[in-house]
Amino acid sequence: MDALDASVPAISPSRPFRASVVTFRALVGSGFRRYATYRQATVAGTFTNIVFGFLRCYVLLAVAAGTAGAMAGGYDARQLATFVWVGQGLLNVVGIWGWADLSERIRTGDIVADLVRPVSPVTAYLAADLGRGAHALLTRVAPPVLVGALFFPMATPSRWQTVPLFAASVLLAVVGSFGCRYLVNATAYWLADARGPLAFWTLGSGVLAGLYFPLRLLPDWLAVTLWVATPLPGLLQTPLDVLIERDPPALQAGLVALQAVWAVIMLALAGWVQRRAERKLVVQGG
Amino acid sequence: MIEMRQLRKTFTVRVKAGRLRREKRLVEAVDGISLSIGRGEMVGYIGPNGAGKSTTLKMLTGVLTPTSGEVSVCGLQPVPQRTRLALRIGVVFGQRSQLWWDLPLRESFRLLRAVYRVPAGEHEARLRRCRDLLDLDGFLDIPVRQLSLGQRMRGELTAALLHGPEVLFLDEPTIGLDVVSKQAVRSFLGELGRTGDVTLVLTTHDLADIERLCHRLVVIDHGRVVHDGTIEQLHSRYGSRRRLVADLDTPLPPGFTLPGTTMAATEADGHRVTFTLESITAGAAVAALVSAAQVRDLSVVEPDIEDVVARLYTDG
Repeated sequence: MDALDASVPAISPSRPFRASVVTFRALVGSGFRRYATYRQATVAGTFTNIVFGFLRCYVLLAVAAGTAGAMAGGYDARQLATFVWVGQGLLNVVGIWGWADLSERIRTGDIVADLVRPVSPVTAYLAADLGRGAHALLTRVAPPVLVGALFFPMATPSRWQTVPLFAASVLLAVVGSFGCRYLVNATAYWLADARGPLAFWTLGSGVLAGLYFPLRLLPDWLAVTLWVATPLPGLLQTPLDVLIERDPPALQAGLVALQAVWAVIMLALAGWVQRRAERKLVVQGG
Repeated sequence: MIEMRQLRKTFTVRVKAGRLRREKRLVEAVDGISLSIGRGEMVGYIGPNGAGKSTTLKMLTGVLTPTSGEVSVCGLQPVPQRTRLALRIGVVFGQRSQLWWDLPLRESFRLLRAVYRVPAGEHEARLRRCRDLLDLDGFLDIPVRQLSLGQRMRGELTAALLHGPEVLFLDEPTIGLDVVSKQAVRSFLGELGRTGDVTLVLTTHDLADIERLCHRLVVIDHGRVVHDGTIEQLHSRYGSRRRLVADLDTPLPPGFTLPGTTMAATEADGHRVTFTLESITAGAAVAALVSAAQVRDLSVVEPDIEDVVARLYTDG
């Protein structure tokens, strides 16, 4: 049998944890390869990101230029440019938008095939989503960041701990975003069609995750409320703030910890909703 | 291997009852089914659309929670022990895909090995067998979305079998397939059944599937079992008889009767007649007819399972 199985290491039933890791890793790989199939979509998406990067960057720089000390929301021009261009790249890694796989499968009834597998749907979709994120990290981040660096002065991290903290923050953002998207998609279990909630999510998440403007431009009380009471700033604003060192190290670490708390809450909620849905599930179609 | 006792599933349907008002109506999709299926049995599970076939299958695989009644598969309770059960059963839903849409078939199989945690040796042996019997080699590297329906269905069958399930549930596995693909799927399942290791439950609208593969036939209608037995038992129970069809040089005289038969049809101005054999052997009927008329051609037609089942459905 040619090298059909070369990339799946030996699976031993006597080592269940290792077996779970192997399963999870294989599913991550499936998510990665799935997105790697669509190269033209990757190129088109990257181009769009860059176009919108210019728009956002000029708007924010104009806002900063009009303020005393050329600072907007506590960011200088370099930080703002970095915020925009890294944000344009991270947008796809975090994958706030465009994921409707689950709701589509619920609507068509294909979800049945997910339910007869020995892996819970939340775990299987999380693994695939991490694979998707990894693919976006390799393909979608560099182009907008390079273009941004060519046209605008950008900030580089000055503290050593920023890099590992940023990496952790991006991972948590992906997990948190997955949890939110899973929940939005799972409304299809009750509504049969999640297009309404998805449209609402697209609008709300863009504003409240810090994509359209940095949330630090909002009054303090509102920004703090968003951070503590919702997972949304953790999806984009927190990793970007960490990278451009908007706050002192201790506060940065605190923000990432808050992100972790929200990621855990959202995953737990997704699991709970999935179990509830399974109990009342009516599979669409014969 | 599979036990169902008074299994019931009720759905609530909202029906429009006025301009704004909606009424709740209960639909008994499965209405008290009790069945016992042993190891290695091949059971055909048939019924008209909406009879409750797929609903039963979904309760057996743990996807749907029964409203009441008991069910066990491989000694496990399907809903609470769904993930454990998943390791021991294989499922093919003819209208759903369990393969990874964007990836080549080969990748789907590799992933399934990881998901079901199958040791490499077993995986290889099973895959090799499926590749031989289902002729998969020509399209292993093509993404699933580009496969024809027949190719995909062969892939689905392989995917359902790679972890060596004890029970295989097939929900309309030949739906939409051309004759050649149907044949391939049937002979593969026949081969599988001969080994006696796998218990097979097959729902279908194509009764040829059942005639070829299943010794036991369960017919359900409106959520209840209306027949459980062999195909022969179905025929004798519903009085399906063999028929004698004869082409004649000259039509039979008016009022002609053939003892032990009833005249079922007269066609082509009396040049073709069909008799239903009630209490006479085919040989005796042929002899009696040949002595009474100029017979050009004749044939004895076996009872048609489609007819029996159609009668069952409409009577129900």
